[in-house]
Amino acid sequence: MRNFWSRFCRLLPLAATALLAGCHGALLHPAGPIGMAERSIIYTATGLMLVVVAPVIALVVLIAWRYRASNTKARYEPEWSHSTRIEVVMWTIPVIIVSILGVIAWRSSHQLDPFRHIPSPAKPIHVEAVAMDWKWLFIYPDLHIASVNEVAMPVGVPVVFHITSATVMNSFFIPRLGSQIYAMANMQTADNLVASRTGTFRGISANFSGNGFSGMTFKAVSMTSADFKQWVAKVSASSQHLDAAQYVALDKPSQNVPVTYYSQVMPNLFEQILAGKFRSGQLLASASAPTPARGSK
Amino acid sequence: MFGKLTLSAIPFNIPIVMGAVAFMVLCVIGVLAAITYLGKWKYLWTEWLTSVDHKKIGIMYMILAFIMLLRGFADAIMMRSQQALSYGSNMGYLPPQHFDQVFSAHGTIMIFFMAMPFIIGLMNCILPLQIGARDVAFPLLNNFSFWLTAAGAVLVNVSLAIGNFSRAGWLAYPPLSELHFSPGVGVDYYIWALQISGIGTTLTGVNFIATILKMRAPGMSMMRMPVFVWASLCASVLIVVAFPILTVTLGLLTMDRYLGMHFFTNSLGGDPMMYINLIWIWGHPEVYILILPLFGVFSEIVPTFSGKPLFGYASMVYATMAIAVLSMLVWLHHFFTMGAGPAVNAFYGITTMIIAVPTGVKIFNWIFTMYRGRVRFDTPMLWTLGFLITFTIGGMTGVLLAEPPADFVLHNSLFLIAHFHNVIIGGVVFGVFAGVSYWFPKITGFHLHEGLGKLAFWFWFVGFYVAFMPLYALGLMGATRRMDHYNVAAWHPLFIIAAVGAGIIALGIGTQVLQLVVSFMQREKLRDTTGDPWNGRTLEWSLPSPAPAYNFARIPIVRERDAYWDMKKRGVDLKGSTFVPIHMPRNKATGFIMAGCMFVTGFALVWQIWWLVIAGFAATVATLIRHAFDDDRDYHIGADEVRKSEALYDRVKAGSV
Amino acid sequence: MSNETLLMQNGAAALKPGYADHAADALRGLRQAGDAVDFQVEHHHDVASTIQLGFWIYLMSDCLLFSGLFATYAVLHGHTAGGPSGAQLFDLPSVLTETMFLLFSSFTCGLATLAMNANNRNATVGWLGVTFLLGAGFVTMEVREFAHMVAIGAGPSHSAFLSSFFTLVATHGLHVTCGLIFMIVMMVAVLRKGLTETNRARLNCLSLFWHFLDIIWVGVFSLVYLFGVAH
Repeated sequence: MRNFWSRFCRLLPLAATALLAGCHGALLHPAGPIGMAERSIIYTATGLMLVVVAPVIALVVLIAWRYRASNTKARYEPEWSHSTRIEVVMWTIPVIIVSILGVIAWRSSHQLDPFRHIPSPAKPIHVEAVAMDWKWLFIYPDLHIASVNEVAMPVGVPVVFHITSATVMNSFFIPRLGSQIYAMANMQTADNLVASRTGTFRGISANFSGNGFSGMTFKAVSMTSADFKQWVAKVSASSQHLDAAQYVALDKPSQNVPVTYYSQVMPNLFEQILAGKFRSGQLLASASAPTPARGSK
Repeated sequence: MFGKLTLSAIPFNIPIVMGAVAFMVLCVIGVLAAITYLGKWKYLWTEWLTSVDHKKIGIMYMILAFIMLLRGFADAIMMRSQQALSYGSNMGYLPPQHFDQVFSAHGTIMIFFMAMPFIIGLMNCILPLQIGARDVAFPLLNNFSFWLTAAGAVLVNVSLAIGNFSRAGWLAYPPLSELHFSPGVGVDYYIWALQISGIGTTLTGVNFIATILKMRAPGMSMMRMPVFVWASLCASVLIVVAFPILTVTLGLLTMDRYLGMHFFTNSLGGDPMMYINLIWIWGHPEVYILILPLFGVFSEIVPTFSGKPLFGYASMVYATMAIAVLSMLVWLHHFFTMGAGPAVNAFYGITTMIIAVPTGVKIFNWIFTMYRGRVRFDTPMLWTLGFLITFTIGGMTGVLLAEPPADFVLHNSLFLIAHFHNVIIGGVVFGVFAGVSYWFPKITGFHLHEGLGKLAFWFWFVGFYVAFMPLYALGLMGATRRMDHYNVAAWHPLFIIAAVGAGIIALGIGTQVLQLVVSFMQREKLRDTTGDPWNGRTLEWSLPSPAPAYNFARIPIVRERDAYWDMKKRGVDLKGSTFVPIHMPRNKATGFIMAGCMFVTGFALVWQIWWLVIAGFAATVATLIRHAFDDDRDYHIGADEVRKSEALYDRVKAGSV
Repeated sequence: MSNETLLMQNGAAALKPGYADHAADALRGLRQAGDAVDFQVEHHHDVASTIQLGFWIYLMSDCLLFSGLFATYAVLHGHTAGGPSGAQLFDLPSVLTETMFLLFSSFTCGLATLAMNANNRNATVGWLGVTFLLGAGFVTMEVREFAHMVAIGAGPSHSAFLSSFFTLVATHGLHVTCGLIFMIVMMVAVLRKGLTETNRARLNCLSLFWHFLDIIWVGVFSLVYLFGVAH
């Protein structure tokens, strides 16, 4: 048993190192208020549970050790197997912790609903995100520009992402900004995010989508408004136009696609993708009506 | 003539696969050669393959499970090594098409063909013994269930050699698993392997419920049953309730793939979200099917090795039932990020957290069973202590994930992978090893080598933490699951540590293989001569080791909970004087043949060899109908033979006739 | 009288393990035989009722299978993808006829059970035969309905609604077909061996199965056809 205890102690530094490495992690260094709120839930819930879990683990070790068979000094009560008082305590404590966690769940699920607009004096910008095989297309409908695998946003301005998929299920996720949400064909989801500092953040798909999945990363760049205007100008000056033919070419499966800019995006491209008009590899006049998810525009 | 099957289905150009196939084929040939050399074909057929004895069926389940553990673990080593290598300019040694099959096979094999068979094997071996029964309610159905599971396992392994396995993950989400995005045979192998073995599992659930409700010894009321029996009952109810949903869901995916229907496609009204709801309505109860019996195992081990009755029996029973019922109300927590909305998400998050309450109560009950006991640290108890620590951590991260906004950033990340491996390895795998080392003497008649058992435990325990704690960190660093390659420098060292951890676990598994060999070779030295090596409390320990074919020559009449402990306290004499003929079911080939036909049908369905599908299915039905007209179902063991058998174990009163 | 005989006589009263009153019988029997009261030597359990329970549990699992199909239909029945809906396709008079076939077949199945309980072998087989014909009639009409729908371009691959309709109804139809095969086997078995214990237990299972399928059909008829036409 001494063996067990000493080995357990020797494990702790290793575990701590591994865990502490996570301290530099994206989720624990959020770059926006949504991510920050989610991080504080992680801390709060973990802390609340450690109130019970840490003593429990300690108790397991201590009680097993103290009442080991070789320790004849410890009291041995071979018939004792019931105590109402202990039962009441052991049911009550978890109920209390779970009740607190439950209230947190209710409140925070509403506050941090990805579909919920972020209250802000700044007017939000709208970006339409399309998951494709195996890249992300970002359309700025109000600016008539689009880019592949790069999305820029002015710092402090809420971004309303409208998300769908041109292919299988993916998940739109910028870890340092917060909440992910699934991207599904024929359906539209939304993700409301805002960056509170400038920087370049990794964006990924968080739902496996096939061969090129690992390469399906994008850059989410938060910049000052001046820089953002410059970025928009740069994209608008692109010689590539995203018309129907270009979109169909883009839709073909490709992996590790470099950042590409498009100007003169065809109007209502996102709506057409949603409606399944490009499904058979060309733009169709009509297609079956899509199934709207909640929060559709 | 052969449907889609051609010689090009064998991946001659992929050396890793051909190496694995060659190894598998050599192992199979080796086993067949050994049986031939030892002249054991008839013995194997009459005593094992056609056996309707729950103990033998249980052993066969566990042998299957252990072999599949090795296969699934090989997949794990491949994943860990790939991810330790494939950073930056290094692409590793597994191209995406291969890596994707490896992780899909790993999950599928570990859940369906390792964990489930181990658990069903344990329940098969021990459940009838604990309730004082001579077998399960439907012994031949039991045999059939095993062979169906084996057929599914073989189908998965055949996919390695002929064609390929699914690349869509262990749950095959559409639209990725639809024909358009997965045009090959991989998903079809997955579907038919699971459908065939799923029938077997459902029938097992029916069998065990009927057994527990109808075949308990006189005097064993429900509240006098061992907790393992309660846990098995609840798990069996969950099986009967949940597996039909799996059957439906995979069936609908089959309709899409084979008949061009539109349940889950991206067009003509298909709705992939429906699949995700259905598959998790099965999937969540499934993980409770996995863990509840192991909670039962721990509830047997802790009292035995503490020398005290289980603390809070009644609350254990109610907690188990509560967990079983609640497990049907939480499935949406697997897809908080699919956009169901805050009220729905919060509801399911709260129900998920509520399950933590009865689970926590169980942990407390086990602790208070040890309290004021005399705790012995034999291998079964070591596994149990390892479980108590490890599972608690895993449960904590689970409740964390149950907070929807936390899940919004952790869903599908390596944090999630770490969580479920934490509870599955800490709970299910440790529990299986605890149960096997506890009941091994009862089943085989000799102990497992204790020193090697303890060594194996330490390798597994340390290896688990080294392998999975880095994954928690990686998840917090934004790393998602199922990546065959990544570009973030900070992740690389953690993947290397995780690979080292997998290596340590490999040492644990190697030690277990060694332990089996050494224990068998030293079996005379390790023999269990009394039938009660641990000073047990439940009825199985009243039998000799190994138990005779008929289990109980005389059915014990139960007065108390912990029936055997009570018998020992009252000084009940285990020796009998009067014996009567015992009615036994006859061994039959029906189950083996039907499952074999279904295997052929499944293979034919994968490759769309339609004439063979019809032939295989017709043969299955014909075998069943022929069996219906077979009246030679049972026989009696004569009273004298029973007496002789009991005398071998010194269970006959001196001077009786 | 030897101990063994006494045991056999009194032990036979010890049925249904787990029930205290039967345990008392067992104890009484054993005390009389002079053996210890801690063991029951002669042991029977009620095979017929165990089979019945087992079949019930299987039937409940089948019920869950259908509930999965019903749930899928409920979610997808509006997804007609611009194609025909139930209101446009369902021929209610024909469906009513096949419903009557099935309902009547349940009645005749009940008559077969009554004949079995009255130990009338020929009547049992006879009523089973009538049940078979009615059931076969149901299946035939259903197959014709399907063939017609496929012919007019409303087959299961044309929309999610049609996929879920066909799958739900055809799964029920396949179960009925299995029941028909079961029925033939039982008729042959009863003709060959008479109303043995085994055959009775199996006939009970068959009739449970048949009535269960009838109940499922009532669900299909109401939720799929009647609802479909009304909306």
